Amino acid sequence: MSTIISDVIDHLAGIRPGSSLDRLRDQRPQARENAQKSYLALFEPEFPGDVTAVERYAVATFVAGLHRQSHVAGFYAASLDRFEHSRLTDVIHAEINRGSAKGPYGRYPQGPLTIEDKEGLVYQVSADNRESLGSRLAAALEHAHLLVFHPRDASPAALQKLLDAGWSTTDIVTLSQLMSFLSFQIRVVAGLRAFAGAPAIESADPEFTQIFTGALATGAV
Amino acid sequence: MTETTLSHPDNREPTAFTQEELGWLPWLEPFPADQLTERHWAGLVEASRAKSPYFLLLARDPDVLQARTKADKDIFYNTSNGLPRAERELAATATSRSNGCIFCASVHSRFATHYSKRTADVQRLLDEGVEVDIDSRWNAIINASVALTETPLTFGGEHIKGLREAGLEELEIVDVINGAAFFNWANRLMLSLGEPVPSAKAQPG
Repeated sequence: MSTIISDVIDHLAGIRPGSSLDRLRDQRPQARENAQKSYLALFEPEFPGDVTAVERYAVATFVAGLHRQSHVAGFYAASLDRFEHSRLTDVIHAEINRGSAKGPYGRYPQGPLTIEDKEGLVYQVSADNRESLGSRLAAALEHAHLLVFHPRDASPAALQKLLDAGWSTTDIVTLSQLMSFLSFQIRVVAGLRAFAGAPAIESADPEFTQIFTGALATGAV
Repeated sequence: MTETTLSHPDNREPTAFTQEELGWLPWLEPFPADQLTERHWAGLVEASRAKSPYFLLLARDPDVLQARTKADKDIFYNTSNGLPRAERELAATATSRSNGCIFCASVHSRFATHYSKRTADVQRLLDEGVEVDIDSRWNAIINASVALTETPLTFGGEHIKGLREAGLEELEIVDVINGAAFFNWANRLMLSLGEPVPSAKAQPG
């Protein structure tokens, strides 16, 4: 992670300068530039407010892990490890496994769409890990799970839980943007990978992730 | 300062997907319009957005909002080449239908209809859902958007193949990927920070 990454989507999707995907992405220069600016505003903010870097990377690792995109999760976990003991990363990985689900599911307001209501996991951080995460980060992970898998179940009560755990209104906007932005970034990366003919990486094997991350860093992919 | 959520006990949320114009009420206090700084205005991108409770709420983190809005505009409005606008809106509508964002689906189904002139086909997507059978090109775009919307993603080579067989060119396929991916961002903000309001009660902005 010592090299400077000028475009995170290119980095994660393995897009090389001058390749056909590089030229295609250049046809939407504002989208490309502002996807990167969104990443920077969320992970290297000029005005970080009260959301810490550890909180940002911890939530990002969790969100990418829930998507089973291990190379994206590995990317954010590596950043998290720069700030924290790997103990936190281990806790997040355990919670990713506990939170495994298939979305989108959730309920509609009572009416004609009720027949489309789909039940699914309502995730809560395990009692043990709640203590090591702290109530603030635990609440953020629970909200992230809601947004990743069943956003139509969102409610004022879900936001109130964040407020009660110590997140301010402005923090919640930042947090919501971070979770929602990642839902975008992960899909662009996976979509472009499929387009390039490379299979989407769905391995949860950490060794494979390491090899893969190494291969990305050397430009072998 | 103790902050709380906002509630709207008198609102009767729409219970079906519609192409009609809906309103939206925030669950958190938007940034006060009379306290906007230069940085907030830059975040809003367009001054008219200072009338919208949704954009005023997002203006609490103006740098992210600015980048989000500029990415959005290029993905949907840059039609100098690539996928026709109607089909970008179709990808946005299919994504919103799949995630269950009644508000987002209302806006973008209206745009899909406006640019395609295919009111009935768009309405079928809303009424019948994402398994609807319209025609090979629209089916391929809807299927790709839905596979991109599932978590974990189920999008893969067969969807790319489907889009190619339906006649989409390389840049058009990238536009589908960008459009569906972007609405996975937009749907989550709209669904989780407030609620839709029926058209009769729609608020200005």
